[in-house]
Amino acid sequence: MNKTDALIIGAGPTGLFTAHQLKLIGLDCEIVDNLDKIGGQCIELYPDKPIYDIPAVPECTGEELTNNLISQLKPFDIKFHLSERVEEVKKEDTNWLVKTSSGNTFLTPNVIIAGGVGSFEPRKFAPKECEQYENKSLFYSVKDKNIFKGKTVSIFGGGDSALDWAIELSKNCKINLIHRRDEFRGAQATVDKMQELVKSGKINLFTKYQMANAHGEQKLESIDIKHDNNEIKNLKSDYVLGFFGLIMQLGPIANWGLNLNKKTIEVDTERFETNQKGIYAVGDICSYPGKLKLILSGFHEGALAARACFKLARPNEKYRFEFTTTSTNLLKRLGKKE
Amino acid sequence: MAKITYITHENEKHTIEVQNGLTVMEGAVQNNIPGIDADCGGGMACATCHVYVKEDWFNKLPKKEDGEDDMLDMAFEPKTNSRLSCQIIVSDEIDGLEVNIPSKQA
Repeated sequence: MNKTDALIIGAGPTGLFTAHQLKLIGLDCEIVDNLDKIGGQCIELYPDKPIYDIPAVPECTGEELTNNLISQLKPFDIKFHLSERVEEVKKEDTNWLVKTSSGNTFLTPNVIIAGGVGSFEPRKFAPKECEQYENKSLFYSVKDKNIFKGKTVSIFGGGDSALDWAIELSKNCKINLIHRRDEFRGAQATVDKMQELVKSGKINLFTKYQMANAHGEQKLESIDIKHDNNEIKNLKSDYVLGFFGLIMQLGPIANWGLNLNKKTIEVDTERFETNQKGIYAVGDICSYPGKLKLILSGFHEGALAARACFKLARPNEKYRFEFTTTSTNLLKRLGKKE
Repeated sequence: MAKITYITHENEKHTIEVQNGLTVMEGAVQNNIPGIDADCGGGMACATCHVYVKEDWFNKLPKKEDGEDDMLDMAFEPKTNSRLSCQIIVSDEIDGLEVNIPSKQA
């Protein structure tokens, strides 16, 4: 059981800066995120795309912003729990008992949801026949490439993941690569490499086709793919891999007794607290009149939520507002003063 | 102002007057049309405002910009007439546009 002053759900820019604010005012915090890396949407959706509306940062990419936020946290000791999804949040006396998908538990007076639009999950194939083969012969990520050795693998998608795996697995598997259009969005060098392997017969390429059906008793035996002109082809396949990127799902958050508005959580604009005392929502996932889904709004919301946490984490102390330019206390926490 | 008709997967028609300058996605979200999620808020980053546009209208709309097809690769059941509704800007020229909403966004 981990005890902490505040648990942050989500390691995107808002979650990271909220952690900074908590540590700065002298509170402990830990961060849980379902992704295997820090950065949230910034790192997952637009690591290379420039952002132009961060105050005092004229231009930076999602990855640069993430790295800067991480280095801003350097003075502080913050525990990250990555590849873990928060499943349960339950009241226990004056605290919240939080359980994650890996079985970790936290006891904390404050839970700050900085969850973007929920957790990232793989986008799946449309035909429902595909479901029964999931995690047996049909995967949305590769955990152990050795299981494919000598088999026929049908790979769907047009981005780098699909292309990289088609190239890699073509060394010792029979590969079908299927994509909905002629253009690929993967890196040009990777696309060229794939085209070479198509020419030399190592990869069978099917463009303007999509998954239509999957067949096989216990194990997957073949799939149907459908052309834009409705022609159907049957491909013998031992395994299927789908790489359609990730989608954000609200997931278990919907079950925590919070007032929801579509996929967002309603909060007040003083503490960014939800209808549950000690549970806050900041960043893209919160809603209030006038809400802007901007990173800068998330920073503001996190700073205020952090101050609200102080009251519950240190009921017998009084929070005093201080500036980092002048406060000895804050400078000590930042490691700038002995 | 343009009249936009949103047709749900269950074939319910919702005709809405949408202001010029808004997107077809915003017209749907502001009027609570079911089936358009628009998780990213119009940033062409999520493909959850996916719609199908009938052939004649599809060719009349301004062409897709770079990146829209990349996102459509990830949409649920994309077709040749797929568009992201956050990328269709409402103007008098598209008065009468009809879009079909897919069975799911993801």
